[in-house]
Formats: sequence, C-alpha cells, structure tokens
Amino acid sequence: MDMKRDYYEDIQLLNSKILWFWFIMLIASLATLPFLLPNYHIYMVNYMAINVIVTVGLNILVGYTGQISLGHAGFFAIGAYGTVLLMTNLHFPFLLALVCSALIAAFFGFILGLPALRLEGPYLAIATLGFGMAITQVIGRWQVFGGRMGLEAPDLSLGPFVIDTDRQLYFVIVTIAFLLILAARNMMKTRVGRAFIAIRDSDIAAETMGVNLTLYKTLAFAVSAFYAGVAGGLMAFLLGFINPSSFNFILSIYFLAFVIVGGLGSIFGSIMGAVVMTWLLLTLDKVQELPYLGAVLVSFSERWMNLAGLPNIASIIFGLIIILLVVFEPLGLYGFWIRTKIYWKTWPF
Amino acid sequence: MTNNNLFSVDQLTIKFGGLTAVDRVSFRVEPGSIFSIIGPNGAGKTTIFNCINGLYKPDAGSIIFKGEDIVGQKPHRIARKGIARTFQNIELFSRMTTMENLMLGRHIHMKTNVWTGATFFRRGSKAAQDEIKHRERVEKIIDLLDLQSARNQFVGGLPYGTQKLIELGRALALEPELLLLDEPSAGMNSEEKQDLVFWIKDIQDELGLTILLIEHDMKMVMDISDLILVINFGKPITEGKPEEVQRHPEVLKAYLGEDEVIDQSA
Repeated sequence: MDMKRDYYEDIQLLNSKILWFWFIMLIASLATLPFLLPNYHIYMVNYMAINVIVTVGLNILVGYTGQISLGHAGFFAIGAYGTVLLMTNLHFPFLLALVCSALIAAFFGFILGLPALRLEGPYLAIATLGFGMAITQVIGRWQVFGGRMGLEAPDLSLGPFVIDTDRQLYFVIVTIAFLLILAARNMMKTRVGRAFIAIRDSDIAAETMGVNLTLYKTLAFAVSAFYAGVAGGLMAFLLGFINPSSFNFILSIYFLAFVIVGGLGSIFGSIMGAVVMTWLLLTLDKVQELPYLGAVLVSFSERWMNLAGLPNIASIIFGLIIILLVVFEPLGLYGFWIRTKIYWKTWPF
Repeated sequence: MTNNNLFSVDQLTIKFGGLTAVDRVSFRVEPGSIFSIIGPNGAGKTTIFNCINGLYKPDAGSIIFKGEDIVGQKPHRIARKGIARTFQNIELFSRMTTMENLMLGRHIHMKTNVWTGATFFRRGSKAAQDEIKHRERVEKIIDLLDLQSARNQFVGGLPYGTQKLIELGRALALEPELLLLDEPSAGMNSEEKQDLVFWIKDIQDELGLTILLIEHDMKMVMDISDLILVINFGKPITEGKPEEVQRHPEVLKAYLGEDEVIDQSA
C-alpha cells in the first residue's frame, strides 16, 4: 500500500489504481451483461437490482441506525403506486414521478419515525408492521388505487428513448441502483452516517455529543423509505402491473431477511444478500421444474399436501436457508466474504 | 459577577420516587479551574452530571451556564452550548474506529447533510472539504493524547485505558468550554493514572478548559483540584480547597464511617 499524502485519500472511494481498474471493469461488465444473458435472466437481474435498492435502504435503518421496520413493503407500495398514478393522472415524466413518489415515501417514513422516538425493539416492530399492513388495506379499498384489481403501468420513455423491453429497463434500473449504492456509501462515510451509527452504538453518548436524536432517527426512517420508494417505482415497470397483494407483509419480512442474510451494517453485504436471496426465491418458485427432485417434491406434495402446497416447499426451503445462515454465520454473507478474504490474504497459513 | 460566572448550580434537587437522589446541591465553578465532586458510591455524583447534561430533568433548582439556565433543555442543545462529558462506564461507539469516534465529536461543528454527504465524489465537493477540515482538528487531538496506534482500529477491541482516553478525546473534539469527567481514572493502572493527571493538567493549561471532575482516586483528586465538593446521600457536606476538605470531620465520617460503628465491628 502506498503512503497517503492527505486526508482526502483516507475517505476516497477509489484510492488506488487497482481499485479504479476494478471499478471500470465492473461498469464495463454491467454494461455488456444484458447482451450476453437470455431474456429471463435479464428479468431476474432487474429483480435483483430492485431488491438491492430496498435492502441497502433498509440496512441504513436496521443495520446502521439500529432501528427496525417490518413495514417496508408499505413504502415500496407507495413508491410503485405513486409513480404510476403521477404518470397516468398528472402526466409527470418518469424520473420526476419516481423522485416525487420516493419523496412521498420518505415523508411517510418520517411520520413512521416519530413513534420510533418512544418505541424500541419489539414495540417498534409491531408499530411498523401495522403501518405496512394498513397501507396494503388502504390501497386495496380505494378506487383511485385500482382497488383489488390493481393498476397497469403506463408506457415508459426517457426523453427520446422508449423503454419497453426488460433489456432496456435493465439500464434504467441498474444505473439507478448503482447511483443509490454509491450515495449510501458516501452518506455512511460522512457526518450523517456517523450520527446514525452513533445512535445504534450508544444513543446516550450520541445525544450528549450533540446529535439530535429526534432529527436523526426520523431522518434514518425517511432515507430508508426513500430507497424503498424508488425501488417500488421501478418494480411497477418491471411487473407491468401492480395490485395490493404484490405488497403484502410477507414482502416486508423478505426485505428484512435480505438485510440479515447479507449482513447488518454493510452495504456490500446488502448487495450480496439481495442478489442471492432473490435468485433463490425466483428459482424456488419453479421448484417442480428441477430434474428428479422436482418430480419427487410434486409427488410428495400430492401425497401429503394438496397440490397448492407446492409453493410452501419454496417457503420451507427459503426459511431453512435463513436459519442455517444465521446460525452458522451471524454476520451474514458479508462475514463469509470477510473470512474468505482473510483466508486468501494469509494463505497458505 | 456575570462575566466571571461560567457555570453554577443552585439548589439542584432531583427525586426518584421516594428517594431524593440529589438534595439542594449548590456550587459555582471558576472559569479555567478544576472542580471536583467526591463522595461515597451512590452519593448522587453521576446524577448531578446527568442533570447538567439534560439526560435527567431536575425537580427543582437551576443550572446556569454562561448566564443562561439550561435546565429542561435537550442534551444535544446543551452540547451545542459547549458542555461535553465522558462516562463512568465507557459509552463509546464500539463498532466505529477511533478516528470515527472523534469525528463524531466534531458533529456540531460540521455542516454536511444527507444531500451533500451522498453526493461527495470529488475532492472539491462540500462534504469532502468538510471532512478534510475536521479531520485536521481530530488529528491534533490524536497527537495530543498519543492515540496514533489506535487511529484506525475499532474501539470495541481496544484496552480499557485506551478506551477511556478515546472518550476524553471525543469530548475534546467537541471543543467544549466545560468538560465533565466522570471517573476518568476508573480501571486504570497507576502508570496510566499518572499519564491521565498529566493530560488533564495539560488540557486545562493549553485549551483553557473548565473541568468538572468526579473521581474516586483521592490522590488524584487532591493533586489536581482547585476546589472540592463533598456530597453524601445527595446532600452537600462541605466544599473547600483540597487540604481543608481532607481534614473535615464530616468527610472522614462519610468515608471511614463513625467511631461507634468501627468499635462494634471490631
């Protein structure tokens, strides 16, 4: 490692030539990826990128600030419905609608952050759970939101570009995800992020050092909700169609699972968690298509459950993997990554 | 009078249920002096600190800092006015590095917000400039307290004495006018204690701080205090210079017990 000459090099994202090289390689491979993958896989990568956005945002709240939210599907829904409605009813351009609905989600996040000033742990979990479920109920019953029938996403265009395939959508989603990840990293390295972490580690000390707890706790909720809002807005276009059941409270649990599987308080962990778990979820959905095992599971399901019980097998496997991961690697995939890195650095010892 | 009066506490009283933890305590601290509060365990020393900080709201009395009553204000407001503290049981941000802990001490002096923080990509960006400027200040404190070796380590795994010092450094990073030290030498060995005495005097001389100290190590208290307040069961017993306090009969009683008690147990 070369000597550092000033303080900026200490906080720089890419502080060596090697890192610059990998950074450019990463961008290049992300840019060529959609031309190499078949359509379904592009859809899957888009799905992953959206979940990465939510997970990074949720990790800011849960992993960095030490709060909890079981209601993130609510913010996700606000983002999705907000974007679609602003575009169809008020004819906002896509990006403006996306930012506006994410800001609306952030505002709701701020509101939900207020009880967090008094509630902790399980109590806060229940309060946020209630919020998430209330949002689903409201959009399910209100005609503006299409009720149970849902809403169709409008045609998407960015300036002169019309975006109507998953491959085109890929560039929109991955670019936004990329920028939001960098933004999160920057935020966590500077004053606001430090205040979040300080609140997690010792709120009393943070307070006596001049951190306004009210402001920063609600801010953490707002930032986290903003991320979920953006992701929701993008999801509307990936699915092409949204209805209340796309945003049920199980989704909130999944988001939290992504964070924990990835590793609390790590942005890189969030990316790994979201990518791996999304892959798993989408793959387990088609469990009956697996060679041999699929047939066995189908006959097991027919013998012991009804055929509709088959999706449950996906849930069971999903749950089992979470339990095993948390038991054997409490730091999540990030912990696994750290250990691998240390192993290679110190190899062959 | 007012310009000479940096900090004073008047008739401070706080009750927890039926227990009066602090009972009509009054004192005045001269600017630039070291004022110590001593007393047996449970005497209410830390409770006084918590009232000053705004962590507890006293039931009666006033706390005047720079001519303003700060009772009832929120802790972060009080910190902004220039009061910093350390804790009896270390309250560091354990999963942050030493550097980051001290940088958090600069929180009230920094300007970066969510937007400027998230968008810092260049050396010239506001957040980067803010970071660089305040890192320079923090480096000075790291030099002052000899913390270079711990600079980039997570504080949770550092030795106890080092953690105590980092807490002191974090409080200094806030650039307070009044520094509250709650048992800074607890858990330190005698060598570390000597260093600490040296540093506290150094801080007082160089930075011109006013220091309010809670300490159990009598040698240290007698060495560095300008004035000492003794309290027991929340009530003030006496106040005076170290040599006066040492000879005070009530103080001896509070610390060593009464003659009859000793006779009975003997």
